[in-house]
Amino acid sequence: MPDTPAALELRDVAKSFGPVRALRSGSLRVEAGSIHALVGENGAGKSTLVKIVAGLYRRDAGDYLLAGEQVDFRNTADAKQAGVAVIYQEPTLFPDLSVTENIFMGRQPTNRWGRIDRAAMRTEVVELFARLGVPIEPDRPTEGLSIADQQLIEIAKALSLDAKVLIMDEPTAALSGNEVDRLMSVARTLRDQGCAVVFISHRFDEVFALCDTITVMRDGGYISTDPISAVTEDQIVQRLVGREVSDLYPKLEATVGKPLLEVKGLTRTGLFQDISLTVREGEIVGLAGLVGAGRSEVAQAIFGVDPYESGEVTLEGRQVPAGDPRRAIEMGLAFVPEDRRQHGLVLDAPISRNITLPTSGRLARTGLISTGIENRSAADWAARLEVKAATLDTLAGTLSGGNQQKVVLAKWLSTRPKVLIIDEPTRGIDVGTKSEVHRLLSTLAQQGLGILMISSELPEVLGMADRVIVLSEGHQTAELSREDATPEAVMRAATAHHSTTLNVSEAS
Amino acid sequence: MTTTLDAPAPAAPQPRHRAAGRLTWLLKQRETGIAVAFIALLVVTTAVNPNFLFSTDGWRDLTLTPAILVCLAIGQAMVIITRNVDLSVGSTLGLTAYLAGRLFLDTGLPVILVVLIAVAAGAVLGLINGALVAFAKVPALVITLGTLYVYRGIMLEWAGSDRINASDIPPGLLDFGTGSFLFIPNLAWISFALLAVAIYLMRSTRVGREFYAIGSDPDAATLYGLRDKRRVLQAFATSGALAGLAGILYVSRYGTISSGVGQGIELEAVGAAVVGGVAIFGGSGTVLGAALGAYLLTTINRALPVLGIPDFWQQAVVGALIIGAIVLDRYFARRQHDKLLAEREES
Repeated sequence: MPDTPAALELRDVAKSFGPVRALRSGSLRVEAGSIHALVGENGAGKSTLVKIVAGLYRRDAGDYLLAGEQVDFRNTADAKQAGVAVIYQEPTLFPDLSVTENIFMGRQPTNRWGRIDRAAMRTEVVELFARLGVPIEPDRPTEGLSIADQQLIEIAKALSLDAKVLIMDEPTAALSGNEVDRLMSVARTLRDQGCAVVFISHRFDEVFALCDTITVMRDGGYISTDPISAVTEDQIVQRLVGREVSDLYPKLEATVGKPLLEVKGLTRTGLFQDISLTVREGEIVGLAGLVGAGRSEVAQAIFGVDPYESGEVTLEGRQVPAGDPRRAIEMGLAFVPEDRRQHGLVLDAPISRNITLPTSGRLARTGLISTGIENRSAADWAARLEVKAATLDTLAGTLSGGNQQKVVLAKWLSTRPKVLIIDEPTRGIDVGTKSEVHRLLSTLAQQGLGILMISSELPEVLGMADRVIVLSEGHQTAELSREDATPEAVMRAATAHHSTTLNVSEAS
Repeated sequence: MTTTLDAPAPAAPQPRHRAAGRLTWLLKQRETGIAVAFIALLVVTTAVNPNFLFSTDGWRDLTLTPAILVCLAIGQAMVIITRNVDLSVGSTLGLTAYLAGRLFLDTGLPVILVVLIAVAAGAVLGLINGALVAFAKVPALVITLGTLYVYRGIMLEWAGSDRINASDIPPGLLDFGTGSFLFIPNLAWISFALLAVAIYLMRSTRVGREFYAIGSDPDAATLYGLRDKRRVLQAFATSGALAGLAGILYVSRYGTISSGVGQGIELEAVGAAVVGGVAIFGGSGTVLGAALGAYLLTTINRALPVLGIPDFWQQAVVGALIIGAIVLDRYFARRQHDKLLAEREES
């Protein structure tokens, strides 16, 4: 161990959310004046680790030291006070307030009588933006700013805070080439000023160009730390994956039949442009892309929850009307949203009620729904999906994430859909249950269901999908067959700027 | 690749052409619109009946009638800006007015002390609302709807069929309530002073700006480490204290206190804030706008009979105004949003 304490050190930090262990044992040691890469797949525990450092979560176990001192932050203000700044992938700013106010909120310079010194704030902001070389109008509201600009505001905030530890959580995910260069030069300047920078990214070219040290995480645990010059990209990828993809993703052979869902030229200004895709019988189509690429928005537009401006959606050749989810369900579409707690489940209702909800009209022959009818209808589906609960009267809110997901699936399958759209099928579900959900999806496809699956987890997309469609900034940048869909190809398309269309290998 | 940041900085945004810039800024403000509507209303009504403005009573009523509502609208605006709502202010006003009346009747406490007690009592009632909202995490709409009935119930239980009359109130307070200073009623002066303090608080202090921040995005407020619970408590306590003060103002102006005092005024306060451009989902709007909204609503109520609009339609006009204000808000917000998005697409 070196004599000087590290700027930031975490030892065997753990955190669980109910039954889900988000972080088993996270360790990280970052020296002052260095840029440290933290890499791992989605779900490896990086974000949880970051939120612990930021004071947003409190760790269940382990040590957290800043410059050699044990710390225990109760909230983000404590962490900021101690010189820790975090830049999130999707910055959270106050849309109604001005850029300047966003930078200084909670620590505005005031005079003796508590009056905020607006002129001083504005001067400092103009100075900060000049230092960063960005032309953002300090007085405009932050509503409507691009993610890149919002991040720059976050960085300006960190600069004005004189942060000693700066964590960038996938800052480049939504940035264009120029913006990335600018960000990297800012990071180097901060390092040269003695700041400890943690850089989280999926893009290895950036990691290798920028960082001095690299730490790998996998499945909520620490794997390795090396000087960047001592490792190769291949070694890192190996450590990242660390297991055979096929174990987790039991893909069954299914016969792909006639086209079911066809989407042509779907457009909504500012969110997605000219999206065209086809889902056939027995086929799982993966919709990949980075967070914010517009995948969920496309899915919601297809299902009719959100409007779209132009384009066409057909199911078995019949037009699915825009903005009418009820009709979409009748025609045979089902949609399992990303946030099942908010949109997919009635948490304080029993399992049976949740499963029969969309079909209650059909069940209620006499205009009344009896618990008996509900339970009979629900039992069948719950059994087929192996929902693990004592009885069907168990409240949905008390189930584990995996079982909640099964209830949502059961609910939609009871409508006998032809095409299932599923957004992030295994988010927040522990590894064991994940493969059950995957097996389920695979079996459903084998039985002839067409599935459009949105997922941020690359191995999930590659393991499950027959075809992968990649979105970047609302544009369709690639359509890859199962054979062509390598992690590199998908990532390249997901980070591509939309003007550079990639070679599109049309699946037959 | 260069690692320094000495690249020529982009020119700092030029200060806009002063006069012209100020004018367009002024024209874009929601408050300007309300003020223009208010003045137009005055002009039209006065043209029909010059006594509406040019008589001793007309001139006095112009600022006296809205004074109590302005008080409540200021507090309401603060609460709404934090993405909450306070429906209990009418009951708080009634309860504190009755409390003040009882104190005058049963004790010989000096007027100033009674005023302070009433304001403090209002603040405590507000704190109860705030604590329930901040810690029990029940939506403010539900909590304050509950306390609306609870506070009113307490008053009914306490007052029974009693009624406090002007003869029970110290004459000094009644004189103050009906008197004026420099041709402007005393109560109006108080509402102006409160408004000035509230504008300063909301514009230029951390407390005020954090009210806006919390209402604009509660999750971001947590990430920023703002003390959101404390701020919500403060907003509700302020609203309660202002309702307590409004109770005293009511006593000083009308003298009689029956159990129905302040019933329904909470909706007028919400209406004033909304008409004045305070976004019902928090984060934007000003206390000045809410005060102007209160002026517009009360003056419309007085003007419609003068303009010969039948009773039946008067309520409907106020309702239409509130709905119109919200529709207009959504429209402008939408247009602003689309414009900002379009700008981004182009760049």
